[in-house]
Amino acid sequence: MQNTQSLFNVRDAILLNPSDNVAIALRDLKAGETVKLSIGSSTVVIRLLSDIPFGHKFAVRDIPMCGFVVKYGHVIGRAKRDIKAGEHVHVHNVESLTSVHSTCKG
Amino acid sequence: MGNRPTIMGYVRPDGKVGIRNHVLVMSTVICSSVVARRIAEQVNGAVAIENPFGCGQLEPDLQVTKRTLVGMAKNPNVGAVLVVGLGCEQIQADEVADEVAKTGKPVERIVIQDVNGGTPAAIERGVTLLRRMAEETLAQRPTEVDVSSLVMGVECGGSDATSGLASNPVVGYVSDKLIDLGGTVILSETPEMIGAEEILAKRAASKEVADRIYEVVGKWVRLAASYNVDLVGTQPSPGNIAGGISTIEEKSLGAIIKGGSRTIQGVLDYAEEVKGRGLFIMDTPGYDIMSVVGMVAGGATLVIFTTGRGTPTGNPIAPVIKVTANPYTYNKMKENIDFDASTVVRGVETVEQAGERLFNLMLEVARGRQTKAELLGFREFVIHKIIPSF
Repeated sequence: MQNTQSLFNVRDAILLNPSDNVAIALRDLKAGETVKLSIGSSTVVIRLLSDIPFGHKFAVRDIPMCGFVVKYGHVIGRAKRDIKAGEHVHVHNVESLTSVHSTCKG
Repeated sequence: MGNRPTIMGYVRPDGKVGIRNHVLVMSTVICSSVVARRIAEQVNGAVAIENPFGCGQLEPDLQVTKRTLVGMAKNPNVGAVLVVGLGCEQIQADEVADEVAKTGKPVERIVIQDVNGGTPAAIERGVTLLRRMAEETLAQRPTEVDVSSLVMGVECGGSDATSGLASNPVVGYVSDKLIDLGGTVILSETPEMIGAEEILAKRAASKEVADRIYEVVGKWVRLAASYNVDLVGTQPSPGNIAGGISTIEEKSLGAIIKGGSRTIQGVLDYAEEVKGRGLFIMDTPGYDIMSVVGMVAGGATLVIFTTGRGTPTGNPIAPVIKVTANPYTYNKMKENIDFDASTVVRGVETVEQAGERLFNLMLEVARGRQTKAELLGFREFVIHKIIPSF
């Protein structure tokens, strides 16, 4: 994806389903930034703990180790360790349920 | 019908509703394809489908080809059909024509080897037959029909990070809305369901349907494995990971979300006729044009096609609505793209708002508005093959 910062962004991030616990960055976001997010009719403010590149995910609430990561209203994987709200959620802390070397199935 | 949305439909003798009124010329084998094309060129409003196979096929593969041809001709977007055969091929013109005639629509046939005078005479006879059918068929006018008679196929091709992020969820909103209004949606591209089998199976209407979902997805995994290709362990790809996709479930969900979230009523074979309403899965390759052809042969009268990088392709008989959520692609390829979903990526609109807008465009297309692919004459046609030619 090319540089999206040249475009006018009304929102910084999007939650694809109200039941999701991860949101997607709509531009390259930096650690320390506060991001406003609409969840249904309410708005939450999340302080980012990591840099989140465009299209990547961050937690909108704490996810315990082995807890489900939910996007599109569906389980997309399991947390390999505790993930804090505002943290980057990606291959370093998420595993597929099909994972052969599972941290959680042990 | 109250406040329910309506479309402008052609109600066929078998009760099915088309949103286009094509006069179709179809070859049963590649050997009669040029003749079919030349006949179509001489009759205004006619469209040709050229079968690249029809001979040298083993029975199970032959069945797929035959089912696809018959399905395209039976599709209610087609008002009349001329079948053009050579004579000595495996797929006989009579066989195809008789099957299509069961719908009650006008069907004619010509066989090149039966005509005295070779291809020039066959073309001349074909033009006369087709011109007569076109005169009656093109005089028909569509009528107001309830939206529930729509059968919509959903497809993606040339995907990028914006596909799973915005354009597929927006199309998913349209799928759910159409199904809730009583319409039908077909979701295809089985290899892209790998990793999401469980999610889909949980939404199956019965245990039989759930079992079929596992069966068709597993079949592609094993087929690739038989060529030493691992479709599971290699996903998501390094490019996907760089784009932010963490697991195979997430990747597959980004694709299947375009079919929405409703109950899955059944699993269809490639080009199998869809019977009943609601959401259906069709077992097709991920190759986009092959998948679109399978769904249209199965009865889809309209297709919504999402793209990230931009693609111009269409279909010979069904309007294909192109959607992108990549703002750069939309700006560069406006001439080929019908709908801009980049508003969601830019945060200007929500998925629901863009979904409402796309639903309205879909209704307009189902009321006769031409898509970019139709206006520019994109009519790609390719048939799925399950066994090499012999």
